[in-house]
Amino acid sequence: MTAPSDIGRIAKAHANWHWSEIAFWVLALACGFLFPSRYLIMTDIVRLALFALSLDLILGYAGIVSLGHAAFFGIGAYSAGLLALHGVVTQPALALVVAGLAATVVGFLTSFLVIRGVDLTRLMVTLGIALLLEALAERYSNITGGTDGLQGIEMEPVLGLFQFDLYGKTGFFYALAVLFILFLVARRVVHSPFGLSLRAIKNNPLRAAAIGVPVNRRLIAIYTMAAFYAGIAGALFTQTTQLASLDVFAFERSADLMLVLVIGGTGYLYGGLIGAVVFKMLQELFQIITPQYWLFWIGLVLVVIVLVGRARLHRWVLFVPNLVIRQFGGQKTAVAVPESDAS
Amino acid sequence: MTSVLTNLFDGVAYGMLLFVLACGLAVTLGLMNFVNLAHGAFAMAGGYICAILVNSHGWPFFAGLPLAFVGSGLIGAALERALYRHLYTRSHLDQVLFSIGLVFMSVAAVDYFMGSSRVFINLPSALEGQFDVFGVGIGRYRLMIVVICGLLTALLQLILAKTRFGSRLRAAVDDPRAASGLGINVPQVFAFTFAFGCGLAGLGGALSAEILGLDPYFPLKFMIYFLIVVTVGGSSSITGPFLASLLLGIGDVAGKYYVPKMGPFVIYTIMIVILIWRPNGLFGRTAAR
Repeated sequence: MTAPSDIGRIAKAHANWHWSEIAFWVLALACGFLFPSRYLIMTDIVRLALFALSLDLILGYAGIVSLGHAAFFGIGAYSAGLLALHGVVTQPALALVVAGLAATVVGFLTSFLVIRGVDLTRLMVTLGIALLLEALAERYSNITGGTDGLQGIEMEPVLGLFQFDLYGKTGFFYALAVLFILFLVARRVVHSPFGLSLRAIKNNPLRAAAIGVPVNRRLIAIYTMAAFYAGIAGALFTQTTQLASLDVFAFERSADLMLVLVIGGTGYLYGGLIGAVVFKMLQELFQIITPQYWLFWIGLVLVVIVLVGRARLHRWVLFVPNLVIRQFGGQKTAVAVPESDAS
Repeated sequence: MTSVLTNLFDGVAYGMLLFVLACGLAVTLGLMNFVNLAHGAFAMAGGYICAILVNSHGWPFFAGLPLAFVGSGLIGAALERALYRHLYTRSHLDQVLFSIGLVFMSVAAVDYFMGSSRVFINLPSALEGQFDVFGVGIGRYRLMIVVICGLLTALLQLILAKTRFGSRLRAAVDDPRAASGLGINVPQVFAFTFAFGCGLAGLGGALSAEILGLDPYFPLKFMIYFLIVVTVGGSSSITGPFLASLLLGIGDVAGKYYVPKMGPFVIYTIMIVILIWRPNGLFGRTAAR
């Protein structure tokens, strides 16, 4: 590799806002005005994007493979639902934070279980935790409503100003605002020295420990933060659909999330966002073609992506955008390559 | 007292069934280090093959069982040659994604061809009902499962420990490079083992239609059980997964009988505790490879 100062310069260059990023967010906001009849699905995409962003933090940056990320999504969803149902915290924005914090607590407690062991143990433990929570939610159906879910959730206007409407307009802009704020935070975090140390851990935990990175504490920190994000995503789900049922914990949710990240690519934050858009479009498409059997095509997409190779696929997909970026910004520009994807 | 013994017997039968279902996975996941979440799909294939033969074509049940084994084994061999072998060296994440994709495809495909409702296999009347041994109720079907699975386990143990193929497999697993240096055709050994494991899963699937229930979501529903057997049992020998399956079977039956409200809660808690306590499994090797 190059000299340390060079690495620092590259890291800083990556941390600067690129015009394509600004364009991305302007485009996202513009969608809200361009497609007024599609608010519900767009809100769905934004929620999924936030959820995928959360998984990207631990998978793309810290290299933790989780099959049970829906656990925190579910905690957030039920917390938000219960808070609204029993009138504990009626302000949606505040309830969102409280629900996120509830997921954070669970994330912090379970992180000690997750950082132990290798990939396989992690897979099992994360999967086990999600299943455990699902079983718990089913068991205490007097609180969670069991298979019927929480019903009759009434949301107050966001910040006391914007009433949730039937078409989901408020819901969309609310979700998009939350996503944007949390994205800014995540962006700041991953470009900080903390974020760089996470990448060092992902590439080689032993070497990272040798240069003085407290591996376990960093992993606990990022896992807890990801839990917070997933909790917020879950809370957004409940607040915008006014529903929380057992399937928030479902394995399919965690598995779909992996697919979202795989489509978008890991380790550059936008992967989850782009992946969410593509995934939802694919899902819609498959559901139109075969309403009942779309799962087959989703599975096929997964198999093909893995067989072709994720890194190779992203090179193909990003070939044209990178060409454009290079044309406009010269050779030195930071291009949108999902780095260290091949590892 | 007698109900305790009946439950114990049911638990043993359930555990042995889980062992036959999962021991193929013990080889792929435990020994070849391939995270194959799609193992249940092969079991489901076997179950449906048997169901079609017995229900639609009027085959006797005991003729359907070997064909379930052969059918699943062939599917396994074909997939191993075509797809799986490209992924042995990939990261765990890739393997997880790939096998989840396979599970999704199998679920939807079976749903498409066979319908989404639960399938029952017509059993011969000799296997129905139960009889009493000193007041302990023993189901005939469960007794048959214990006998078949017990024989299979003994056979597997013999193959692994005594035959030439067994020692080649153990050598290939311990150190693939050294094994191939000694002239062992490692890919062939792995392919054969994989297919054999899939066949066993298929046989288990056919046997389990009566007890676990067979529907298109079988691979997803029981994925965690198979994984528990392997991760808890460890991968050093065949005894580890066997004891883990018995433990899981007895624990699950007892849990459902004595604390029905807690349901699967018991199993998951035990699993997480064991994995935290011994990340390599109860009977696993201590050194990470």
